[in-house]
This record gives sequence, C-alpha cells and structure tokens, in this order.
Amino acid sequence: MKRLTLALLIVSMVATAAFAEPISIDFWHAMTGKNGDTVQAICDKFNATQTLYKVVPVYKGSYSDTMNAGIAAFRAKSAPAIVQVYEVGTATMMSAKGAVKPVYQLMKETKQKFDPKIYIPTITSYYSTSKGEMLSMPFNSSTSVMYYNKDAFRKAGLDPEKPPVTWPEFFEVARKLKASGMEGGFSTNWISWIQLENFSAWHNQPFGTKSNGFDGLDTELVFNTPLTVKHFETIYKLSQEKVFIYGGRENKANPLFSSGQVGMHFESIGGYANFKNTCKFEFGVARLPYYPEVADAPQNSIIGGASLWVFNGKSKDEYKGVAQFFSFLSSPEIQAFWHQNTGYLPITMAAYELTKAQGFYTTNPGPEVAIKQLLNKAPTKNSMGIRFGNFNIIREIEDQTWEDILAGKISVKAGLEKMVREGNAKLRDFERLNK
Amino acid sequence: MTEHNAVRRATPHIYLWIAILILLFPILLVFIASTHTSAEILSAPMPLTPGTHMAENYTRAVLEGNKNLGASALMMMKNSLIMALGIAFGKIIVSLLASYAIVFFNFKLRNFCFWAIFITLMLPVEVRIMPTYKVISDLGLLNSYAGLILPMIVSATAVFLFRQFFMQIPREIAEASQIDGASPMQFFWRILLPMTRTPIAAMFVIQFIYGWNQYLWPLLITTKQEYYTILIGINRMLSGADVQIEWQIVMATTLLAMIPPALVVVLMQKQFVAGMTDREK
Amino acid sequence: MAQQYEFKAKYLPYLLVLPQMLIVFVFFFWPSFQGVWQSFFLQDPFGGRVIFVGLENYTRLFTDPASSYGESFRVSVAFAVCVAALSMIIALFLATQANKKIKFSSFYKTMMIWPYAVATMVAGVLWLFMFNPNVGVIAWFLKHRLGIEWQHLLNSGQAFLLVTMAASWKQISYNFVFFLAGLQSVPVDLVEAAAIDGAGPTRRFWKIIFPLLSPTTFYLLVMNLVYGFFETFPIIHQVTAGGPGKSTSILVYKVWRDGVINLDLGGSSAQSVILMIMVIGLTVVQFRFIERRVHY
Repeated sequence: MKRLTLALLIVSMVATAAFAEPISIDFWHAMTGKNGDTVQAICDKFNATQTLYKVVPVYKGSYSDTMNAGIAAFRAKSAPAIVQVYEVGTATMMSAKGAVKPVYQLMKETKQKFDPKIYIPTITSYYSTSKGEMLSMPFNSSTSVMYYNKDAFRKAGLDPEKPPVTWPEFFEVARKLKASGMEGGFSTNWISWIQLENFSAWHNQPFGTKSNGFDGLDTELVFNTPLTVKHFETIYKLSQEKVFIYGGRENKANPLFSSGQVGMHFESIGGYANFKNTCKFEFGVARLPYYPEVADAPQNSIIGGASLWVFNGKSKDEYKGVAQFFSFLSSPEIQAFWHQNTGYLPITMAAYELTKAQGFYTTNPGPEVAIKQLLNKAPTKNSMGIRFGNFNIIREIEDQTWEDILAGKISVKAGLEKMVREGNAKLRDFERLNK
Repeated sequence: MTEHNAVRRATPHIYLWIAILILLFPILLVFIASTHTSAEILSAPMPLTPGTHMAENYTRAVLEGNKNLGASALMMMKNSLIMALGIAFGKIIVSLLASYAIVFFNFKLRNFCFWAIFITLMLPVEVRIMPTYKVISDLGLLNSYAGLILPMIVSATAVFLFRQFFMQIPREIAEASQIDGASPMQFFWRILLPMTRTPIAAMFVIQFIYGWNQYLWPLLITTKQEYYTILIGINRMLSGADVQIEWQIVMATTLLAMIPPALVVVLMQKQFVAGMTDREK
Repeated sequence: MAQQYEFKAKYLPYLLVLPQMLIVFVFFFWPSFQGVWQSFFLQDPFGGRVIFVGLENYTRLFTDPASSYGESFRVSVAFAVCVAALSMIIALFLATQANKKIKFSSFYKTMMIWPYAVATMVAGVLWLFMFNPNVGVIAWFLKHRLGIEWQHLLNSGQAFLLVTMAASWKQISYNFVFFLAGLQSVPVDLVEAAAIDGAGPTRRFWKIIFPLLSPTTFYLLVMNLVYGFFETFPIIHQVTAGGPGKSTSILVYKVWRDGVINLDLGGSSAQSVILMIMVIGLTVVQFRFIERRVHY
C-alpha cells in the first residue's frame, strides 16, 4: 500500500513537471532575520498548496534599497511582479500610474474573489484611493508602541505592571529610571513617524492639511503646533539632562534598549520578535503616552510598515498567480501565522479573532496592545494615515533638523518651523510634477 | 650622519613603532572581535584578548555568511576577485594598445584621441554615477560582471603611465626593428612588452586594489546576491533593518576582505613602489 | 616630438586605440552627455513624466537655502583640506624617519605601505567600530576613563573629526610611498655639505630637503584633494550618513543621496555636472605641472 502511494506520488510529480512548469513570480522584499524566515515560510506554504505558480521571494536590502531596486528594474524593463514598498513610498507609487497595477483592478481582471471589507479599515485606508479602491496589498503593517524594561522598573522601585500613561507621568518615570543608575531614561526610533506623525494622530491633530494629504496634492504640513513645540522642548531639556539618549536615525536606537542602557523606548511593534531574541530582561509593551489636556486624546495611532505593489506589464497568467497569492496571504490562518511569528499586525479582523482564540495573547500581550491602540477609536481625517509625495526627503529633513535641535544649533520652535517650511517646498515640487 | 648618541639613534625607531601601532590597532580589534560571540562584543567594553569562537565564526562567514544575506564570504570574494582581475587586466591591455598607438604612430586623429582619453584622467566614477547607471541599465548590464568591470576601466591613469614610459624609450630601437623588417606589432610583442614589465606590474597592483576596493558602483548595480562583492556584503550585513548586527560575522568578513589586496601589495611591493613613483620622474 | 621616429601605418593605430576609445565614449562621454541633458529636466522616478526646466536645477542649488549646497561645498573643502594636511604631514614626518640610515628600514617600509590595500569602505567600518557609541572600545575608553562623552551622532565636531581621522589613516601610506621616494632622490652630498657648514638637522630639512621635495608635495596635494573630495564617499556613507544634521554631507555624498535615495534625478545630475567641471579643472592644473616637468 505504501509503495503504491509512493509510486502514485512519483507519477503525479513527473506528470506535473512534464505538463506544466510552474509560472515563476518574483517577489522582492526587505525582510531579514526572523521576519525574513517567515516570508520564506509563507511562500513555501503557498507553493506547496498548488502547482501552477511558484512565488520566489528575494531579499533586496533595506526598504529604500528595495524600492529603488524595483524602480530601477522597472526602468530597465526587468521589474519583478511584486515589490514590497514602505509606507513612505506610498504616494510615489500611487503617482506612478503607468507603472503599477492597482490591486482592486488586478482582482477584478483575474476574477479572484475579493472582499475589501474583511480588512481592518485603518490599515487598508492607508493604501486606498479616496473612493475606497485598494491600490496595494497591505503586508507587514505595524504601529509604534512603547517598550519598557520591567526589571529596570523594579530596580527603580516602580510598578512593572503600571507603565506611564500620560506624557507628564512618562517623563517623571524616565527621570526615576535615570536616577536609579541607568545610563538614561528613554530613547526613540523614527523621530518623524513616532514623535510627529503618530503623535499628531494620537492627539487627533492634523499633521498636514487636506486630511494629511489624502484629499489632494496641494496639501501642506502644519505640525508645528504649540503642543508639538512643548513636547519637543521637553525632550530637548531631558536630553540636556541625559535622561533622553539619542541613538541615531531610523531604528538605530534599538541597541540602547536591548543592552539595558535606557529603560523605555519607542519602536514599531514589528521590532517585537527582535527584542524577544535580544533582550536579556523582561520587557513590556504599552500604548503611546498622551497629553491629558488635549480633549480628543487618545485617538488612534496610525500604521507603518509596508505593502505589496504589483508592477504593470506582466502576463495574464502571472497576474492570476499574484491574485491567488494575495488571497492566500489574506486568509486568517496565514495572517495569524505571520502576526504571531513577527509581531506585525494582522490585516484582517478574522486573523485577529483567530489569534485571540488560539490563546496567543495570554503569553504575548505585546502585539495585542498595538492592535487595540490602532482600533482605539474610529479614525478621523487626522488619524487615517499620511500621504505625501517626496515623503522620504521630508523625513530626511526632519531627521537632520532634529539632530540640529538636539545639538543646540537651532531652537525647537525654529527647528519645527524649518521642517514645515522645507517640507512644504518638497510637497510643491511633487505637486508640480504630478499635476 | 652627524648625530652620534644612542638616544638620537633610537628616536626614529620609536616614532615608526608608534605609527605602526596606530596603523595596526584597528586591525587587531577586528581580529579580536572576530573571535568572540556577538554578546561578548556588545558587552561594553569589549574584551581585548582573543576569544574562543574563531573557528566557528570564520566557518560561518566563509561558508554561509550572515543570516538572510544569501551570500557567503567565499562567493563574494570570488566576485571581488573577478572584478579586481577583470579591471586590472582589462585596463592594462586596453591602455597598452592605446598608448602604443599614441606614442609610436603618427595618425590624423592622434591629438583628438589623446585629449579624449586624457580628459577622463582622475575623473572618478562617483561624480557621474547616475548617468552611468542609466547607460549600464540601457545596455542590460545590471547585475553582470561586464557591468561591474567596464565602466571602471575608463579612466586614463594607465594610458598616462604607459605613455610616459614609452616616451622615454629611445626611438632608435623602434627604427632598428623596422629596418630589420619587423612589423609594428612584432615590435610591440617582442621588444616593447618585455621592456614594459615593471610598469605593467605596478599597474596591476594599483588596478587590482582599485578594483577590489570599489564600493559605490557595485552598491548601485548589484541587486542580486550572486553578484555581491565582499564590500557590498559587509554593507548589507550592517544595514539590515529590525535585526541585531552580527558583529562577529561582520568582523570576520572584514578581515577576510582585507587579506587579498594586502597580500598583493606586500608581495609586489617593489614593483608597485617603483611604478607608482615613476610618474614623478 | 616631431624629430622622433614614428611608424607609418594607415589603419593599425586606429585599431589600437579603438578599444580605449569605445570605452571612453560609451562609459564616459555618453553618460556625461546624458548627465548634462538630464540636469535640465525634472523627472519622476519611473521615467514617466519629464518637464523641461532650463537651468532651474542649477539655480536652485545656489539660491535655495534648503538645498544647502553651499554648506555642503564648505564641508567638502574643509574635509579635503584637513585630510590632505593631516595625512601629508604625518606621512612626511614618517618618511624622514624611515629615510634615516637605520636598521630594519625595509621592515618599516612594508609596515607603512600595507594600509594602501585597505578599502576606503573598510577604513570606515574599522573606525566606526572603534568609535561606535554602543560597542566602540575607544568611545567606551574616552567616556569611562577620560570623562569625554563621545557622541558623534549629535556632536558635529566629533563627527567631522572621526571621518577625517578615518580618511587620513588610510591615506598615510600612499603619501609615505611618494615622500620616501622623493627623499631618496635628494642628493646626499648636498645635505652633507650643509652639515659641514654647520646647519642643524631642522635647518637642513627646511632649507635644502623640503624645497627639493616641492614637486612631490604639489603632486600629492592635488591627489589628496581629489581623494578627499571624491573618493571618501564610502567613509561618509558608513560612518555618519552625512549627519548629524548635514554637517558631514560632502558633495559626492549629496549627489548619491539626492539621486539614488531621494530620486531627484535632475538635481543630482546638475550636481554631477558641477563636479565634473571641478575635476577637469583640477586635472588641467595637474597636467600642466606634470608636462612641464617632463620637458625639463
């Protein structure tokens, strides 16, 4: 009997090989470490469920490396079918009308069953037109949270189960951590994404006009409000007292937290798996703090991470495979698997419910904090997301100016004004080119 | 010399040793780091004596590479070697022929050719990377050895060196060979080339190192792991997002990356120094 | 050259220069021309929309304070000058030491020359590893033993110092080779005659040796400035990424950053064109000098 099954298996394998070589679908991504392993595992699963298509994931370096490699390949007419693009590049990809195939169109053309309502609206709205047409497939979505070192809290005489909730409490705790003998109190990654974009959304304040760019290219940055000035002035003051420690741009500040130099740290929930691997202490995840005097706070946080874009000019069969792969990615089981292995958010409610039912959050409360924070309230025009052209340049301006502020070269107020002024000039450039 | 006492005699040794230590110290640190685990390197301050993980780290670096990099040091060193040798030989051959023509022949476009080549002297590829990238992409040479090598053999340094050398050769030799009935190419092969051995060797060293150490260009045009050079691999290991840097593997790979060019310089030191400074005479 | 013997052949010389000319045209003139062409346009990254803007990409560099081209230019000059000065002074000093009639001099020469083989990028990694505020041994030593806070991520002076040291460290050996060769060609009897006349070693160096070295020094100065300006990209890229703020964003780094990362092809091309003009200028200076010496 066993032998017969084996023989049948071999025959069927030979038959498929002889009759149909699977269509290869290139998938360029920027995931490394544990996250990279999980991408590979998901593609392997997909390839094992059917024989017509073979998705080939290729690691292309950092987010900007991956996006630039995709663009360059498109210009050289050798683009992959799928490319992972970080949220910063969303407006750039959207404006490239001839270069990308919108997901809603892809699904319609290939007659793939597709219900946009199963996805979490705060996530899909980031990647949809104002009419609700989904342009790219959400993939690794994250949001920013606060990580804190429970062992350090105990040592400083603080309750490890009661992380600070408001910013004034937070700053006080940070001072206590420093006083308890730590190198510093706190640090943060992604100054723009966490301390400006999410900060604004969380307080239901506009980051830019026109619903943060969703309603038109003639949008302007307006985040230099008294609230942000006050927030940044406090952080600047704490950096003078060495309570805040600057660890570099993007996510370069992570070692400060994982090596125990600071007790609290702001980072994407996508860094959860990484901290589980590298921290030799017990850590917790908490919501972002807020200023209690702001009436609408806390609102909801916005996402970050990346989505999958499909390039134009591929064959019909390839598109069929891509559509099937996207459906596969959206299934509750795969989403739950992805979510539980990486810390990135599930993109459908079904996957969230499944994970809850599996009891994952009782041992890993961290990721659920992020989901709840994202779903805290129905999104307003200030907390749907961010959509600006040239946004990578704007973020660079913000990074540079933030460093000048911390170095005392420019005042907080003047610095924030500079970010807005120079950022707006970049928005005008983009508008001019994409009118 | 006029100085006689012992202290005076010792001073140059002391200065030179200080310099040697400063030059060697970073390398020593890299070696020490490459024999520890990542955790040991991260525990400030890092230990200053070699650890016990040398074999393990180097085996991993050479055979597997960093996690998710998809390229081992062995493979990347092969790419670097192909690139370095391609650039060295390509440039030497092309430049020898061109400078032979410019020095030994009288032809209409000689001045034009000389200036066209000469203007590229010292112009590093860094200043025209974007347009060069576009040309390479139009030619379909992204992710290929030809794409890695060809734009790097443009600059006229070698033509210039060989031209200088050829101009010092007494023309009677050329005239005599012509009278003996040898064709210009026979003269080139039998007489000129053997005379040019030293400058060729020097050029080889300079270009090999130039090729091995190229960074910006491969960074731009290699997006496939199969074509990563070792320096690109090191950069990719250091730029991984959301992951802790595996310093021990980075350091082992860095040390490996330094060995081939250092060997070439040390082993061919004499020809290299003579060839390099010859430009000055 | 006219009196020299020359071969006469109709096609052979063209065949000989052909490979070089092909490479020069395909990989130098064509891209250079394209660079100039692109510098007159605004372009979207996918190459879909192109707008002719005349000289706007250039005027912007010089008038828009946000482009901070002037700052980048000043940083580049300061950086190149500091690297040239530091590495040349150290190299000259070491070469005079190694040129003395001492034991083991060939050993010393080898030990001075090998760093020439180290890639600029690797030099950057090495120095970053020593001064990394998290893992760097020297950063730790400065902080915990000397009480100096090393934070090159925020302190632009320290960042500048770090990239200057890294770039100079690698360049010393190149300068050493040339200075040593220069010193070896100084006639010994000239120096000895001065010694007999009672000139001390310092006086002998400045009055006799240094003037004789001036051609070497001039050549090295040009080469070191070119190195500091154009070839130090990997160090900036690895060590500071142009920061903090824009304090180490040298011109070559800015070309790459604006073109490759920020996808502003027009602006990046305009910067490339300006750099090309600068290098050609430097080359002409250098060439005049070399040619004059050749005809001595």
